[in-house]
Amino acid sequence: MNIIRLILNELVGMFVDDGNLALLALLMIAAITAAVKLLALPPLAGGILLLVGCLAILLHSVHRAARRP
Amino acid sequence: MHALTPILSTVTASFLASFVEVVEAFTIVLAVGVTRGWRPALTGAALALAVLAALVLAFGPLLALIPITVLQFVVGVLLILFGMRWLRKAILRGVGVIALHDEAAAFSKETTALQQQANDRRADYLAGLAAFKAVLLEGVEVVFIVIAVGAAHGQTLYASLGALAAFALVMLIGLAVHRPLARVPENALKFVVGLMLTSFGIFWTGEGLGAEWPGADLALVAIFAIVALTAFAMLRWLRKPMPAGAAAR
Repeated sequence: MNIIRLILNELVGMFVDDGNLALLALLMIAAITAAVKLLALPPLAGGILLLVGCLAILLHSVHRAARRP
Repeated sequence: MHALTPILSTVTASFLASFVEVVEAFTIVLAVGVTRGWRPALTGAALALAVLAALVLAFGPLLALIPITVLQFVVGVLLILFGMRWLRKAILRGVGVIALHDEAAAFSKETTALQQQANDRRADYLAGLAAFKAVLLEGVEVVFIVIAVGAAHGQTLYASLGALAAFALVMLIGLAVHRPLARVPENALKFVVGLMLTSFGIFWTGEGLGAEWPGADLALVAIFAIVALTAFAMLRWLRKPMPAGAAAR
């Protein structure tokens, strides 16, 4: 059981370091997916939005961390 | 070129990411081996590799049951989270916001901890456990990287070869120098791997959404270039002095 818990903790830690970054990324992906599947946004436009969104979220996250006292 | 792009990028990403993880596991196994002997070190490492192999054998075949677009989307999302986490950390280490990972310090810390347990009658067990945990935890990341960069385009074999080459290279260098590989430019490697995994993630999530990227697989190179240029711009920008009060740490 300990081994399973150890692996599960590691798996979560692999994807979530700054919880804010992970949450924003997931919300952005959900919003783009909804726009493509439900609002007929062209998939390529969705892909480009994904690229821009990821970079914006990364910029926000590193800037926030760098300014933290 | 069209056929080579995904293969080269898969092998390179898998090799570099696995190299970083294997170096970290090697440091702990070496500390155990030098401090308590090679029996607990190798037993712990071998048991961890057996658990990892069991995990791959148990869950690997399940991947074949998932439709390719769903697999690309799920793996793409996980790679975005994983890659951006590495990239964020590498950028923050690059500008001095968080400390660089130091293999020599990790080796010294593990050695000290093992020496403190030397009189414990379970000392060999605890040393073996340390090696087991190090190999298992870093190995889980290697397994994820191999599956993630390989599975979405049916290139698990190439990704596995990249990881295997990284393992072999670290073992060769480690056996030759017989000390922690502290001179490996770990943060630079993590920065490059972060760029690659984030680019893979965006590419595959887009494909999972149904996007037909211009230039097909070559779009991966363009995405990588855009992500890299932006990340370098962030590094330059954050290296400039912050406004008064923000930079003090």
